[in-house]
Amino acid sequence: MKKFDKDRVVLGIAAPVLAVVGALIVTALVLLATGKEPFHAFDVMVNYGDKTDSQVYILNKATTYYLAGLAVAIGFRMNLFNIGVDGQYQLGAFFAAVVGGAISIPGVVEVPVIILTSMAVGAIWAAIAGVLKVTRGVSEVISTIMLNSIAGIVIGYFLQGGRLGVLDKDANMVSTKPIPVSSHLFSFKTATDPVFGFIVFAVLAGVIYWFLLSRTRFGFDLRTVGRSESAAQASGVSVKRMMITSMLISGAMAGLVGMPTLLNQSYDYGNDFPTGIGFTGIAVALLGRNNPVGIAVGALLWAFLERASAGLEFEGYDKEIVGVIQGVIVLAVVIAYELVRRYGLTRQQRQVGAELAAAGTDDKQEVAA
Amino acid sequence: MAVELRGITKRFPGVVANHDIDIVVHSGTVHALVGENGAGKSTLMKILYGMQKPDEGTIAVDGEQVSFGHPGDAIARGIGMVHQHFMLADNLTVLENIVLGSEKLHGIGGRARAKITEISDAYGLGVRPDVLVEDLGVADRQRVEILKVLYRGARILILDEPTAVLVPQEVEALFENLRGLKSQGLTVLFISHKLGEVLSVADEITVIRRGTTVGSADPRSTTAKQLAELMVGSELPSPETRESTVTDEPMLTVTGLRLVAVDPEGTERAVLDDIGFTIHKGEVLGIAGVEGNGQAELVEAIMGIRALDGGSLQLDGRDITDTPTRRRREDGIGYVPEDRHRHGLLLEAPLWENRILGHVTEQPNSKGFLIDTAAARRDTERIVREYDVRTPGIEVTAASLSGGNQQKLIVGREMSHLPKLLIAAHPTRGVDVGAQAQIWDQIREARREGLAVLLISADLDELIGLSDTLRVMYRGRLVADADPSTITPEQLGSAMTGAASGHLEQQAGNGTPTGDGAQPRIGEQAGGEDR
Repeated sequence: MKKFDKDRVVLGIAAPVLAVVGALIVTALVLLATGKEPFHAFDVMVNYGDKTDSQVYILNKATTYYLAGLAVAIGFRMNLFNIGVDGQYQLGAFFAAVVGGAISIPGVVEVPVIILTSMAVGAIWAAIAGVLKVTRGVSEVISTIMLNSIAGIVIGYFLQGGRLGVLDKDANMVSTKPIPVSSHLFSFKTATDPVFGFIVFAVLAGVIYWFLLSRTRFGFDLRTVGRSESAAQASGVSVKRMMITSMLISGAMAGLVGMPTLLNQSYDYGNDFPTGIGFTGIAVALLGRNNPVGIAVGALLWAFLERASAGLEFEGYDKEIVGVIQGVIVLAVVIAYELVRRYGLTRQQRQVGAELAAAGTDDKQEVAA
Repeated sequence: MAVELRGITKRFPGVVANHDIDIVVHSGTVHALVGENGAGKSTLMKILYGMQKPDEGTIAVDGEQVSFGHPGDAIARGIGMVHQHFMLADNLTVLENIVLGSEKLHGIGGRARAKITEISDAYGLGVRPDVLVEDLGVADRQRVEILKVLYRGARILILDEPTAVLVPQEVEALFENLRGLKSQGLTVLFISHKLGEVLSVADEITVIRRGTTVGSADPRSTTAKQLAELMVGSELPSPETRESTVTDEPMLTVTGLRLVAVDPEGTERAVLDDIGFTIHKGEVLGIAGVEGNGQAELVEAIMGIRALDGGSLQLDGRDITDTPTRRRREDGIGYVPEDRHRHGLLLEAPLWENRILGHVTEQPNSKGFLIDTAAARRDTERIVREYDVRTPGIEVTAASLSGGNQQKLIVGREMSHLPKLLIAAHPTRGVDVGAQAQIWDQIREARREGLAVLLISADLDELIGLSDTLRVMYRGRLVADADPSTITPEQLGSAMTGAASGHLEQQAGNGTPTGDGAQPRIGEQAGGEDR
């Protein structure tokens, strides 16, 4: 019956394309300013990022970024800025690793236990911010930033020899007790490194995200709050409960972020466990426009850029240039979306106007106030 | 000649807001610009004040052709605008508000104060420079706005619907001020759609219809009816509804309703106090009152958006005092909110999602926990058809519709769920005449089928015309009641200022005088006066 509206798809894609092109132009100018030839750099990035081992690296990184993007996007859909994904996933992964290392049961049971532990810890950590916002009016931006620091301190306290950590004197490393081999998650063999099996869960998470938000009553309520709190309240949504619920879900999703690394790569939580992915998630969610497919594209792009930075280094470029590209992309995305949104709105008003003008020749034409 | 507009045309995407407007305003007159809502009056004034640029046409001020890029240009030419919604900072004094942004004119101290007092005395505005704006009533704030404009040297004043927020007595005082301005040689452009007022204050009248000037009228030789026909281009629709459908089965019973708010100083203040009434099936209960006297809070209390601090609510025999909003809506309360952009629509969502809003748990919008997008879309198509919502389709956003069409969509949505009780707050505000008649018809029709309606409106004709019972709200209390078949808008207006209470009746013999403080004072007046 409907609904493939070509214009809308074009408008939807226009913003990210505009953003990436804009970012490339700015980067080219930066490269020129530093006296380097820009097109060669782009060439290097594409070629290096295109190799098989690079592809595996990109897929694995993107899996993690995708989950972080989803976690942030749930908040965005509600107009909640969950900056705390970073702390939520680290704390979740840490306690999941502790639980995983402490028990030894068959993998089919243990893997879900580890994943659920991480989700639960992430959810609780996020819920603190939600409760503070609802009961005391504390901005979730502030509280989640604080909670990120606290999470780091909590992990630092427990991750010591004699507490929950095991000190490896030779490598001067502390980590949790490793997860038993039987609980290592499956992976897909390739010619080079294996692809994380957790990518399956990530895809599943994306599907659930889409279904929950666009097809269920709950999702409708959640989006309603995001679009207009006052209208949501008048329509019968309990805004406060929705805030806590969505923080719980966002935190639970954040709990998944550390899982590809934990279950497919490191098998323990050491002081080299990746940090800062929550912030990448914000960029990725922005880039993907909170759309599950868009976030996937954003995650892949981010992972590609990161990989490409290594290639640039071999060719004598400053690898920081990739940081510039990433930063500019985020800025460009925000600007481009706003431009496209405004254009779309005016275009639609024009359509409505045209329709009324066509129908209104019988002296019923409406006039704007 | 103060202002001369020739051939002004302004197009917005797809819509012509103004075309071929010709107006001549003579110096030292009060010139009224009348037209129904959406006729293009505001756009025209924005053009004159430099907020919009015309696509065609010329503007001349004092015989000199001008082109305004922004309001600053207009102010430099001596044009000032008093907006419908006041632009004052509540926590500053009158003096501070007036000098704000014009500190260079007379400083911010003694000279400014002297100037303000001088202007205030010259035009009889009675403005006190050291009072906090938050302590002022609506009429006083309006005078501050006028003074603000005069302070900036305006010789031509544009007043956009200045009487919309005033009760009849305050309107009379405002008109006295306008006559004062006129006698000092100033020019006033007065925008309104209230014909009685226009006829009483204006020296010349220009009528706008569908974006263009359709004629001018001499207030001395024109009747309100003639003016109305010129304005609408046809017979005015009337909200009259006389055959009674009131039953004796109560639908909504409110008893002892109390709502308090704590202000920043920590003192408790009753926003609603001891409110009690019953609406029966088939009855329209109208609440009259100046805005801000607790009407919005009453609606929120009945909708369950605010928790009560006392009292109880019964819907159709069941207690709903502690029922959450969603359950109340499912149980049959329909809601046409006062501010449709804030409470009735998701502006950036497509129409079909707006059709779901507020009824997400009900047929045909959902099945179990899932949204039934196909059925919701189909039903939106039906509402668009049956309620004559003018739109190219149901995928456009609600923001792209005009106000009247947005309102038709909301009314259609609420009526589609066959409510038992409809809460209609200003249901026809900002709606064109055609849609207004349609909405009135729908309310009347549903009322015949046993719908109970709580009607809140600032349009006294609408209130008197549609209601079966009238109550007057003042400072959070229901202070008076009236029979809509005998009450006049003037009597109602008088009660709205708190000047009358109890049961309002046509006084025997001489008519009720208005405007000179000799209001009927029946019963005792509650609530502390502080000004």
